[in-house]
Amino acid sequence: MKDTGSIKALLATCMQCGTCTGTCPNADAMDLTPRHLWRMVLMDRADEIFESQTFAYCSTCYFCTLKCPRGLPLTRAMSMLKEVAYKNDVKTFRKSGAFYGSFMESVRRHGRVRESEFMTLYFLEMKNPLLPFDFASLGLKLMSKNKVSFSLPSGADGRGQGNLDRIFKKVSEIENREEQMP
Amino acid sequence: MSYIYYPGCSLEASAIEYDASTRAVMHALDIELAEIEGWSCCGATAAEPVSSLLSFVLPARNLALAEKMKQNFSVMVPCSACYLNLKKVEMEKKQNPSMSASIDECLAEEALKLEGKLKVRHLLDILANDIGADQIKNKVTKKLSGLKIVPYYGCQCLRPYPVFDDPEEPRSMEPLIEACGAEVFPWDMGAQCCGASNMNTKKSAAGKLVQKILKSAKGADAIVTVCPMCQLNLEGFQEELSRKAGEDLSVSVIYLPQLLGMAMGISREELMLHKNLAVKELVLSY
Ligand code: SF4
Ligand code: SF4
Repeated sequence: MKDTGSIKALLATCMQCGTCTGTCPNADAMDLTPRHLWRMVLMDRADEIFESQTFAYCSTCYFCTLKCPRGLPLTRAMSMLKEVAYKNDVKTFRKSGAFYGSFMESVRRHGRVRESEFMTLYFLEMKNPLLPFDFASLGLKLMSKNKVSFSLPSGADGRGQGNLDRIFKKVSEIENREEQMP
Repeated sequence: MSYIYYPGCSLEASAIEYDASTRAVMHALDIELAEIEGWSCCGATAAEPVSSLLSFVLPARNLALAEKMKQNFSVMVPCSACYLNLKKVEMEKKQNPSMSASIDECLAEEALKLEGKLKVRHLLDILANDIGADQIKNKVTKKLSGLKIVPYYGCQCLRPYPVFDDPEEPRSMEPLIEACGAEVFPWDMGAQCCGASNMNTKKSAAGKLVQKILKSAKGADAIVTVCPMCQLNLEGFQEELSRKAGEDLSVSVIYLPQLLGMAMGISREELMLHKNLAVKELVLSY
């Protein structure tokens, strides 16, 4: 369920002044302004919130958090919306979600992220063979400097710190427990 | 002096020159670094959208490992994204007991416990405030006279925890640049956002932010950064952004310890200047 209640609780004192929008470097690219998005959260309008791409454009610069006259944790609220979208596989967040999810999968497997592996996982997840071209120029540059090598996902290698399975499992266990609390 | 050191994943791969130059400069300053044994990823910018709890547990694991080495100590973190993640745990540990209990429960899986006895510090904070421009100046053997530098701070070393600099108009790099004999070139983009991981998921929006920064850097010889994500965004897309803008936006982009190292007479090889994606002859000729 796309529950935004805990986010609403964080924003209760929003006075709709628009300072957040004014400070946001990505406001131009967003379909709803941050102020408008917060209004939708305050009105429990889950459909509008998750049809919008606004939260997916937040680049976590913390300007709005710094400047909000009510001192509201706005960057955190944006991240919480991303998390709800990720967990509910919201369509507009699928590309970003696949990116973050692949990254964390590589961390779970190896303890540290292997940049080449997580990019490969991401391309596989998106099932879009054209997507790698978005990165082609940067990927080639990094490869020519011997900084990354593109490889297929694999098991553990000697470099990582072993996998973080147990910690990842515990995290989901606690999250499920909290979700079931009334 | 000595510090516990958390390099983070980028410093093993795409930002290997940041790691090498940080270690080289610290060595030259007689500062010892003790790398956290068995450190793992801090979650970068990817954990928070996937799971808020995980975004606390991953950095907490590293701080707990660090506490096993030393207590009441500073942990030096060069990557701003890692810094913020670790700092967030340091702050939340004090302020949010329920989060703290969930973190403990997860860490217990690996028989770890977080006491909250360490201080998380950004490399820039340590350079500017513990070491200071005077000590750097004493070690300078090759003044970088005439080199015009714009300091780029980015977001996450300044906000939301403005612990060592002004979060909107930061200045902490300036005395360090001047100590090298270089010039601080005036601009107002030092605290603006480079788009961070939007470069991967929302490329056109991030590209616009980077373009604005590169345009403002015109006239400077190099942008100096203190974060691998900022560095990669500013150095990695210059050709395509120049094409889009219809003007040449190319500029050298180097890490702060690379600049300091150059002035301290540390070799280019040791500072790994050949690993940067955008370094012009002019900078290399110093
Ligand atoms: S700046 Fe704060 S109070 Fe003003 S509209 Fe934005 S969230 Fe609401
Ligand atoms: S933290 Fe996100 S929403 Fe807030 S100003 Fe920055 S990009 Fe905009």
